[in-house]
Amino acid sequence: MEFFLISMLNGLSYGLLLFMLSSGLTLIFSMMGVLNFAHASFYMLGAYVAYTLAGVIGFWPALILAPILTGAAGALFESQVLRKVHKHGHVSELLVTFGLSYIVLELVQLLWVRVAVEFNPPAVLQGPVFTLINHAEQGLFLVTGAGGTVCSAIDSAVRVICTPFPATRAFIMATALAMVISLWWVLTRSRAGLVIQAALTHPETVETLGHNVPRIFMLVFAMGTGLAALAGVIGGFTFITEPAMAATVGSVVFVVVVVGGMGSLSGAFLASLLIGIIQTFAVAIDYSFLQLLEDAGLASTVYMQNNSFAKLTVSQVAPILPYLFLVLILIFRPRGLLGKRET
Amino acid sequence: MRTTHNTTSTSYALWLGFAIVLVLAPWVFTSNLSLTMLSQMGIAIIACLSYNLLLGQGGMLSFGHAVYTGLGSYLTIHALNAVGKGELPIPVVLLPLVGGVAGLAFAVLLGFVTTRKSGTAFSMITLGLAELVFAMSLMFSEFFGGEAGVSGNRVVGQGLWGITFGPQRQVYYLIAVYTFVSVGLLYAFTQTPLGRILNAVRDNPERVEFIGYNTQQVRYRAFIIAGFFAGIAGGLGALNFEIVTAEVVGTGRSGAYLLFTFLGGATFFFGPILGGILMVLAFVLLSEITKAWLLYLGLVFLFMVIYAPGGLAGLIMANVRVAKAGALRQLLPIYAGMALTCLLMLAGAGALVEMIYHQQLNSSIGAQLPFAGMVLDTQDSATWFVCLAMAALGFVGFEWLRQRFVPLWAQVQTDISHQLQRDAS
Amino acid sequence: MTRPISLRLHGVHKQFGNTAIIRGLDLEVFSGERVAIIGPNGAGKSTMFNLISGRFAPSSGEIYLNGQRIDGRKPFEINRLGLSRSFQITNIFPKLSVFENLRCAVLWSLGHRYSFWSFLGNLKDANDLAQEWMTRIHLNAKRDVLATNLTYAEQRALEIGITMAGGANVVLLDEPTAGMSNSETERFIELIKDVTQGKTLLTVEHDMGVVFGLADKIAVLVYGEIIAYDTPDKIRANPRVQEAYLGSMEEQGH
Repeated sequence: MEFFLISMLNGLSYGLLLFMLSSGLTLIFSMMGVLNFAHASFYMLGAYVAYTLAGVIGFWPALILAPILTGAAGALFESQVLRKVHKHGHVSELLVTFGLSYIVLELVQLLWVRVAVEFNPPAVLQGPVFTLINHAEQGLFLVTGAGGTVCSAIDSAVRVICTPFPATRAFIMATALAMVISLWWVLTRSRAGLVIQAALTHPETVETLGHNVPRIFMLVFAMGTGLAALAGVIGGFTFITEPAMAATVGSVVFVVVVVGGMGSLSGAFLASLLIGIIQTFAVAIDYSFLQLLEDAGLASTVYMQNNSFAKLTVSQVAPILPYLFLVLILIFRPRGLLGKRET
Repeated sequence: MRTTHNTTSTSYALWLGFAIVLVLAPWVFTSNLSLTMLSQMGIAIIACLSYNLLLGQGGMLSFGHAVYTGLGSYLTIHALNAVGKGELPIPVVLLPLVGGVAGLAFAVLLGFVTTRKSGTAFSMITLGLAELVFAMSLMFSEFFGGEAGVSGNRVVGQGLWGITFGPQRQVYYLIAVYTFVSVGLLYAFTQTPLGRILNAVRDNPERVEFIGYNTQQVRYRAFIIAGFFAGIAGGLGALNFEIVTAEVVGTGRSGAYLLFTFLGGATFFFGPILGGILMVLAFVLLSEITKAWLLYLGLVFLFMVIYAPGGLAGLIMANVRVAKAGALRQLLPIYAGMALTCLLMLAGAGALVEMIYHQQLNSSIGAQLPFAGMVLDTQDSATWFVCLAMAALGFVGFEWLRQRFVPLWAQVQTDISHQLQRDAS
Repeated sequence: MTRPISLRLHGVHKQFGNTAIIRGLDLEVFSGERVAIIGPNGAGKSTMFNLISGRFAPSSGEIYLNGQRIDGRKPFEINRLGLSRSFQITNIFPKLSVFENLRCAVLWSLGHRYSFWSFLGNLKDANDLAQEWMTRIHLNAKRDVLATNLTYAEQRALEIGITMAGGANVVLLDEPTAGMSNSETERFIELIKDVTQGKTLLTVEHDMGVVFGLADKIAVLVYGEIIAYDTPDKIRANPRVQEAYLGSMEEQGH
């Protein structure tokens, strides 16, 4: 039971982190038609910049400043580089962001090191925010913070299972939810947001109305990359800060965007949560097809017992699940879960 | 695909020249390293040409071409081991064809889903499939060999006329034959109906539907043909290295195909040939010179996408055209200037990069760093300043010259087109 | 003896979201007829062409080509059944030469399909047909020029060439003379008359001089409906048409 609850929460937090990333990517794609191949690079940049800043000005200022600085870098890239290839078409834009991903990766490895750095969460976020305790006698209950003596007591007569929920994960959820709400508010309630929404589908028309569309593009790009950087800061101290972090999370984010339906924010939200939850559960399940047969009471042949497919546990298959979704969606529903049908 | 109008005799001369170069190369570049690189270049040429069937000829940007070269490698090495055990009576010379068939089969299987979409969506599908296959490679260790990969021995069976493929030279000539034939076939493809309609699909996919063609079928068939040649390249790779590890299906390899095919030039047939050569030079030589070679590569790539999207081949052909019209002399001074400022920038920036890496890793060895024949003192702030100044100066100078180059080039182009019109009338 | 009907539309509707663009089209075009579609901007003329040629599927209704139902089919299927169209905004293959453009247009109809085992240079039928069409549209001198380097009028001629070269019997021309001067238009109309001899032709036109000189019948499309379909003289005299549309005709001096 507690396994389910905590895994659900972990999955939600991972999914919300994915959404922080995929929302920026979707915004950029919707408006500019550019799929920012280097989006995960900004994720990585945010983590590294925050890591360095945190050592200088403290964690919480770094949390605010790092995304801003990274977003500014994104704006610089958009105005100086991306804009120049806009007239050559989408392939050129994709190639330019592809090149950027190489450059950022090498720069990060040059300016920091090639191995992981120790980016630790601040003291207040270390440890669990609450712990679920399944006590053989007292039942299932929740304590804030760590389990304490109840968990560390070694009493073989009384079975106690303590499952903590890390504060960092809770922080991801809180930040992501705050981001979702502010994004929704900015886009639908503020004047700037309305202009952005209009520019999302009809940039030329918006330009004839007197708005500086190139500046809007730059702003949206900065917003998108800033969001990615924020996700990077949080992901960096929750999981790991290393040069490979861009590649690992980058491909999942692209899957999320395609599965959700390219250009659909709600689709990205749905797909992020779905993939986040399924991935988290899958990684924790050590069950294989072979075991399913045995548990069902069916006899398995010797071939089955030696077959590597049948022996695969769900947790071993977990890494390919997002890509499997991608292929299945593309076969059965190419426009994605909530994507608009192409006319 | 822009093909220059060669007369038949020029064509024959080119192909003959190509064959001669392939045959004589090991006699000119005799070191072991050269032979290794030449072998790898042949493989890379086939791989990049097959990639350009998608990119340059079909307008399809794939991020997962290594899936087909890699799976070709895996199937070939398994076939090689089967030959060694006597289970498979195929001569070693035909094993790359096994790779080709594997590439073709997987392209038939995966290509249908992949070519259902075009544009950015197509690219995303190829990326997803590439990640899928790479992730699977870590799961199924019987086929993929796990961390250690799958090794084989190409010296199997009876040698024919003393050819056992033990020595690298013999492997090179096998690769050279496959390279020549593959290049020939791939060029021939560009002169067929499917090849031409593929170009039309690249230029205007919507219009193609209105002249009776199903664009998805066109793309699918091109994808399959590209997969076949990719598999051949993979098969040759398996024979060459006698080991296949999971990185052959990795996204890094796919990215390299994209990068170097584009750098070589996607708009001319011979561009990917240059790209393949550059790829081997970069991976083998450049990576030894500096740790930051991918950074330089990325920057050059970015520059090319913005200012020279035709790649190296495009630059060469454009200047050949200018030279034929006798106008190259006008441009030589500014070219020289750009080369000098570029060199200055490279020297300064390169020194900075090396010093940073030196500080990062070898600070225990001391502050001295050998660079380009000199010794730099990483502790001395003057050195840093000078390098920074060189890089900045070089960059500013280059940009200044480039901005003067653009109108000059435009003028030359206008002059040439006027001259052509006068000649035509 | 009844003439065969090449193209028939029956109750065709098209909605985009909540907006109804085409509100019920009924039309019968006999084989060999030349029909001009006229109407104010936004009436749905291009949409009608898009529906017939398969670019969009109708929301409801049927379309028959030579008796076969074609609504909802893909453009290439419809093209293979003998219908071809040109575009208002020039839609050619910019990086191919004039000759290559035309050769591509004939390949499928000559049965070469997805062949990669024969060389283009050896396909006498394709090369001859492309050459013939190149002469007919007067672009012989520009044979090897890249299509993107042609003048506007030349590109429009190439557009027609690509449309016709495949041998379709029913041809849709969407504003073929758009953007041309008077003299260019006159020459172009002669070209169209020449190349569409014996074919069934539907053309969207704004130039009334062209319409009255070229068409056997005129269909007047207003707000997604055909309010009149008749010979040019009867259309000119039709009060509904005059009220809805032809006020501008008087301005053009007819």
